[in-house]
Amino acid sequence: MIPPAFDYHAPTSVGEAIGLLARLGGDARVLAGGHSLLPMMKLRFAQPGHLVDLNRISALRGIREEGGVIRIGAMTTEHELIAFRLLQEKLPLLPEAARQIGDPQVRNRGTLGGDLAHGDPANDHPAIAIALDATFVLEGPKGPRTVKAEDFFLGLYLTALAEDEILTEIRAAPFAPGTGWAYDKLKRKTGDWATAAAAVVLRLEAGKVAYARIALTNVAATALRAVDAEQALLGRPLDEAAIRDAMARARAICDPAEDLRGDAAYKTAMAGEMLRRALGHAAERCR
Amino acid sequence: MNAPIDRAAALAGIGQPRLRKEDARFVQGKGRYVDDIKLPGMVHMDIVRSPLAHARIKRIDKSAALAVPGVIAVLTAEDLKPLKLHWMPTLAGDVQAVLADGKVHFQMQEVAVVIAEDRYSAADGVEAVAVEYEELPVLVDALKALEPDAPVLREDLAGKTEGAHGRRLHPNHIFTWEAGDQAAADAAFEAAPVRVEEALFYPRVHPCPLETCGCVAAFDPVRGELTTYMTSQAPHVVRTVVSMLSGLPESKVRIVSPDIGGGFGNKVGVYPGYVCAIVASIVLGRPVKWIEDRIENLSSTAFARDYHMKGELAATADGRITGLRVHVVADHGAFDAMASPSKYPAGLFHVCSGAYDIPAAYARVDGVYTNKAPGGVAYRCSFRVTEAVYLIERLIDVLAQKLNIDKAEIRMRNFIRKEQFPYRSAFGLEYDSGDYAAALRKVLDAVVYPALRAEQAAKRADPASPSLMGIGLTTFTEVVGAGPTTSCDILGVGMFDSCEIRVHPTGSAIARMGTISQGQGHQTTYAQIVATELGIPSEEVQVEEGDTSTAPYGLGTYGSRSTPVGGAAVAMAARKIHAKAKKIAAHLLEVSEADLEWELDRFKVRGDPGRSKTMKDIAWAAYHEPPPGLEPGLEAVHYYDPPNFTFPFGAYLCVVDITKATGEVQVRRFYALDDCGTRINPMIIEGQIHGGLTEGFAVAMGQKLDFDAQGNILGNTLLDYFLPTAVETPRWETDYTVTPSPHHPLGAKGVAESPHVGSIPCFSSAVADAFAHLGVTHLEMPHTAYRVWQTCRELKLAA
Repeated sequence: MIPPAFDYHAPTSVGEAIGLLARLGGDARVLAGGHSLLPMMKLRFAQPGHLVDLNRISALRGIREEGGVIRIGAMTTEHELIAFRLLQEKLPLLPEAARQIGDPQVRNRGTLGGDLAHGDPANDHPAIAIALDATFVLEGPKGPRTVKAEDFFLGLYLTALAEDEILTEIRAAPFAPGTGWAYDKLKRKTGDWATAAAAVVLRLEAGKVAYARIALTNVAATALRAVDAEQALLGRPLDEAAIRDAMARARAICDPAEDLRGDAAYKTAMAGEMLRRALGHAAERCR
Repeated sequence: MNAPIDRAAALAGIGQPRLRKEDARFVQGKGRYVDDIKLPGMVHMDIVRSPLAHARIKRIDKSAALAVPGVIAVLTAEDLKPLKLHWMPTLAGDVQAVLADGKVHFQMQEVAVVIAEDRYSAADGVEAVAVEYEELPVLVDALKALEPDAPVLREDLAGKTEGAHGRRLHPNHIFTWEAGDQAAADAAFEAAPVRVEEALFYPRVHPCPLETCGCVAAFDPVRGELTTYMTSQAPHVVRTVVSMLSGLPESKVRIVSPDIGGGFGNKVGVYPGYVCAIVASIVLGRPVKWIEDRIENLSSTAFARDYHMKGELAATADGRITGLRVHVVADHGAFDAMASPSKYPAGLFHVCSGAYDIPAAYARVDGVYTNKAPGGVAYRCSFRVTEAVYLIERLIDVLAQKLNIDKAEIRMRNFIRKEQFPYRSAFGLEYDSGDYAAALRKVLDAVVYPALRAEQAAKRADPASPSLMGIGLTTFTEVVGAGPTTSCDILGVGMFDSCEIRVHPTGSAIARMGTISQGQGHQTTYAQIVATELGIPSEEVQVEEGDTSTAPYGLGTYGSRSTPVGGAAVAMAARKIHAKAKKIAAHLLEVSEADLEWELDRFKVRGDPGRSKTMKDIAWAAYHEPPPGLEPGLEAVHYYDPPNFTFPFGAYLCVVDITKATGEVQVRRFYALDDCGTRINPMIIEGQIHGGLTEGFAVAMGQKLDFDAQGNILGNTLLDYFLPTAVETPRWETDYTVTPSPHHPLGAKGVAESPHVGSIPCFSSAVADAFAHLGVTHLEMPHTAYRVWQTCRELKLAA
């Protein structure tokens, strides 16, 4: 658990960080909270020659509402996601998910941007961002560009981020009145990744589903948006038949890898069960 | 003079919930653990480990490692050979490779060590050592170890048909151990109208103390003295072993166990890392530090359990057990490094007749080698007692189910009755005391057992219920406090323990012990014994342990032996001082000893309450004006050889709710009644019980070290290995009865391991009970959601 030698850089601005990445090339890795990268380095699975630490860039932290959009700095910690009143009021799915990540020590260091940019399907924020229909701001030498969360995750540890780009901001619209939400996660213990988890954003009108957005964690090479499951609910009352239909369609897109948490059949079944729970919890909150 | 009641409170002696003396330093981060020790000139050691479970070593190339800046030396078996230290004896009468000698026998086995100026260079050096392997067929399944064509592991034992415990039946066979009377048991089975049997696998688990193992070995070449700071539960035995291995006189070897962050049996043995660090320090003349990381700890140091058990009960139609037969295949890994009294290769497994009056019993254990790490330690239990209790508690449930008798009732019918004590079991153990029926009745009343069964019946009758309800029960006895030197020894040293007490001139005292606390609170409880015995406030009694150059020789702390053996030694040493104090008091008061009576902290003249001498007065006199003919000073040492083991017991009940759709098991209620005889510090007892129950919960619900077919260890990080946090841990309800041990000077029995031993089968009992109406008799641990869900699916309870 001792990493090999590396050089450490601590830029204080986004521009400086991008400049470092451009100069150092593929031998550099961006350090955010470090809860994925540092263990991989200690195990010598990852051996970057340079670490570019974003923790001293204050512009990357903070949460604000601007032009009807919530903007969250990529280096905002999980703890801050839980503590910020703005999110509790306008985007409560985020604090709900953050509470289920790691433990308090992890949440004091772990960041929203790090969780997303790592491209690990076991992380929780990818599914949350997809369920929120979030937009990511990526900045590189050519300036900023935006990518929808749904289009950001390309494969296992593979994202739309270029080597010289940094994820700087996450944007999402506040929930409309009457929106229900839930993130239900089955895990073996505190600090574990999900065996399976489901994120739901839901609106009911006249007892029928008017809006549903569903995303799943850790049941494929990326977080999945369960479009078919969403379609199965639209226009229907959220009754047992509709829920079963949505569960079946969610299970149909799962392709999990077997590990000590369970085999593919278990994880697939649990994705369905977590969806059932999340739909129930979200519906209770639709008022 | 204060009233006796106030003076008793001031003493804070036996029975008082005195706050732990240790906690002030621990909660402030002021403990001193082995990794806190930094000595001038200290260098660091790291270990090259095998990636393969079974392979021949073709070549080891050190050159690249030696070229890494900061690397001082690389040692392999070839380097240790001239010192004859490439192999070492184990506690179980086998030998273990210190560094792999031509062959690796398990994944993560020690192959070479790198010594470097700093920890980083040592790790870089490890990566640079090139080892060429030739793979060999791997033996993972212990049940296949004795097949004719099984891969042969221990080529070093070729042709050796006699092991430390008798005949070896196969190259992978270690020992056969038998207890009880086979003919009598067979006869009981032949005559029995009812028989049940169950195959039970107790998985390989690891004690996983929060602090991993490690040492700082410091050889002083000028003085020729070796000091080693080590995470050891048995520093004195380690000193003896180090002296034997190194050739240094035992007087020039000093082992110091500093603060220890949990042991649970993992820190009893001597590991290759210790030997290599000591050798390196002797060779280099510099202190050498070696600290394991978590993966190394879980993968290579001593595991527990790994018992493949088959048990049978014979009974009458009304559920009276008439016979017990057991066969165990014990997976000891690649070297037999089980930590146990030398004459007991299966530990005290013969307590497997449990709390029940079983007239005929026979048990046989066969130990085998596999391509896994060595060990087989008592993980928060007395030697193999956890396995034994699991066996009998599961079996009696199976019998109850077969006969459709309630599992509380069947236990009541089979208990050894209070008036039968001392009770000699069919396996020859003499149980000292117990009142099992009273304990169980108290638990059943507390939880309103019939109401729970009624609720369960209603739930079972409702097929739409999303959950299942299970009620688990265990009524167990432990056997702890090894042990009488007539039968118990470690490497020939009898398993006594010791205490030396010095009362200072002004009346405070120090007690030095042969045991060593790893969190048990010895500084607190031993002082309370001194307080009650000598009338010195426990606040004024220092307790020291762990330094072999100051403490009297003792066998250490494991197997719940500190209170039964060490605590008895405290009482006996104190009583020697008490006897001398009485002579001094008689002299000071100018009366005969017969005229004196003891009250809390003083001797009073009988019939003349105004005349008395406190222990403080006596201590001063002992140094100032000792009676003529009496040597000055007030101190004593006692080596306590227990006449028998002690047998703490308990009755536990667990209620679980299982979600059919996911397999999640929620512990709704856990009620634990323990009887550890005389209770020295009720608060520490409760804390120990909470800890033991939590570790029991961990084992039952999630801990398992698994291996794939290639012998790769699975789940050897805390990402997978289950250490419950406060979030997962159920709420514990504790209760007690007090049945003193008749042979212990204080009547105390030991407590910290009972909750681990007793709770594990209780969780399994509850989980199996949830499915009992569907014909399930037993489900293997760990009861993870994934595994329980598989059961639900097989039974068509889950989609």
